[in-house]
Amino acid sequence: MNLTLRIWRQRGPEDRGAMVTYELADVSPDMSFLEMLDVLNERLILEGEDPVAFDHDCREGICGMCGVVINGQAHGPRDRTTTCQLHMREFTDGETIDIEPWRAAAFPVVRDLVVDRSGFDRIIGSGGYISVVTGSAPEAHATPVPKDIADAAFDNATCIGCGACVAACPNGSAMLFTSAKVTHLNLLPQGAPERETRVRDMVATMDDEGFGGCTNTGECTVACPKGIPLTSIGNLNREYLRSLTRR
Amino acid sequence: MSWTDEEVVPRVRSVAVTNDARPTSPVGIFWRSTIGKKAVMAVTGGVMLLYLLVHMLGNLKIFYGRESFDEYAHWLRTIGVPALHGAWFLWIMRALLLVAIVLHATTAYQLSRRDLKARPQKYAHRQRLEASYAVNTMRYGGIIIALFVIYHLLDFTTLTVNRHGVEGAAYDNIVSSFSVWWVTLFYIIAMLALGLHIHHGFWSAARTLGVHSAAREKNLKIAATVLAVLISAGFVTVPIAVLAGLVD
Ligand code: HEM
Ligand code: SF4
Ligand code: FES
Repeated sequence: MNLTLRIWRQRGPEDRGAMVTYELADVSPDMSFLEMLDVLNERLILEGEDPVAFDHDCREGICGMCGVVINGQAHGPRDRTTTCQLHMREFTDGETIDIEPWRAAAFPVVRDLVVDRSGFDRIIGSGGYISVVTGSAPEAHATPVPKDIADAAFDNATCIGCGACVAACPNGSAMLFTSAKVTHLNLLPQGAPERETRVRDMVATMDDEGFGGCTNTGECTVACPKGIPLTSIGNLNREYLRSLTRR
Repeated sequence: MSWTDEEVVPRVRSVAVTNDARPTSPVGIFWRSTIGKKAVMAVTGGVMLLYLLVHMLGNLKIFYGRESFDEYAHWLRTIGVPALHGAWFLWIMRALLLVAIVLHATTAYQLSRRDLKARPQKYAHRQRLEASYAVNTMRYGGIIIALFVIYHLLDFTTLTVNRHGVEGAAYDNIVSSFSVWWVTLFYIIAMLALGLHIHHGFWSAARTLGVHSAAREKNLKIAATVLAVLISAGFVTVPIAVLAGLVD
């Protein structure tokens, strides 16, 4: 495949940045999207140019590092698929592909396609955990969890913190991410002791980080590689309003 | 373009959570948060929605003729008598609606400003949005509704801009206004905006208040559509009837 790539290049946080066009020949349809970028970078290095910076780690769709916006869609055209799991066969020979970083005030660009998603870490740091004495794992059957609760908690736990929801949202809102974390932990007995403070603090941090509010537009759930549903946001709202009536 | 220029060292902000300067009272926390403000929008929207439903049904009384409608309009000003004095009920309603609309508009403004700031840069490649038309008209539609409410009050409540403008003659005041084409057009546009606003708003408010669930999704969407169509169409029948000469 021969491709025309238009990629956002930005040297650093203070740089203005611009879309830069590259021609890339002989791309195999079996390459993943990131392998295609690797090939581009090797050629750029050979030509003495700076390679395109992009984030990635596991390359198997579980770490959440790799998101970029491809042709206006977070993680590209394939449903429920991270950028690293997207293959070039989704594109056609001769196509022009636009590649941009996540856009949100709370996710400033560090360089090229790399954004600073540490706002998510601070949301987690303010309540996305359970306080337990670590040590040997407790006997699994000591705390029974009904199957439907366990399933719902697990579905929400599959959120990989990639930030596609924020990137797709016209308000740069982190509600889907925060709702997945709150729903996951607040559903389970292990999360119960911190149920109120967790949701209160995570929402406060989410707001402080400069994410927008939710207008129930629904772009997030479409972009989400894990299919976190909008009902999780309804649940976050319910947990939040409930928490303010306690203690 | 070449990208071999000197490096700018990337910086990553620290991953520390600070809790300074956060309100501690439940009301303070509620009002400062995006979810709290959205809940205010949802509740005030619901109050206005209830009012509009009753208001629309009342308007249909115009089809019973001049006398019947004027009598009804007079009764509206005296509901609650003799338990409540004079026009007390009317003023209580007005105060309630004023609080609702001021809170609704204030939170709408604050949240919209925040939302626009949270997403300062557009994508070079246009996003293919999945959202419905109604979602994208909430802000402009809301402004149209606000302007309409002001005109509506000047027209039928204070009678300032009404062509007939006789107190107590509600029927003739209405007919005189809707005989002007642009008043009717503005009214119809505002009611379409209102319909769209309710179409997204009702269902959105259900999620905001956390009463929404996967099981209720379908019913809530149907209820939103039915309410939106009922209220828009109900209000619009009056000017249409005047235009068609059914009410004159
Ligand atoms: C002053 C005029 C008005 C303005 C400026 C306005 C503006 C807005 C805006 C910007 C939103 C948020 C939309 C979003 O989050 O996507 C909204 C939501 C809403 N509006 Fe209005 N609106 C007005 C009048 C009304 C009226 C008359 C009603 C009564 C039917 C209403 C009912 C609602 C409801 C139920 C919501 C949903 C709240 C939620 O999502 O939780 N609004 N409005
Ligand atoms: S909710 Fe979905 S899109 Fe958002 S961070 Fe989690 S996995 Fe990514
Ligand atoms: S690199 Fe880990 S999810 Fe894509």
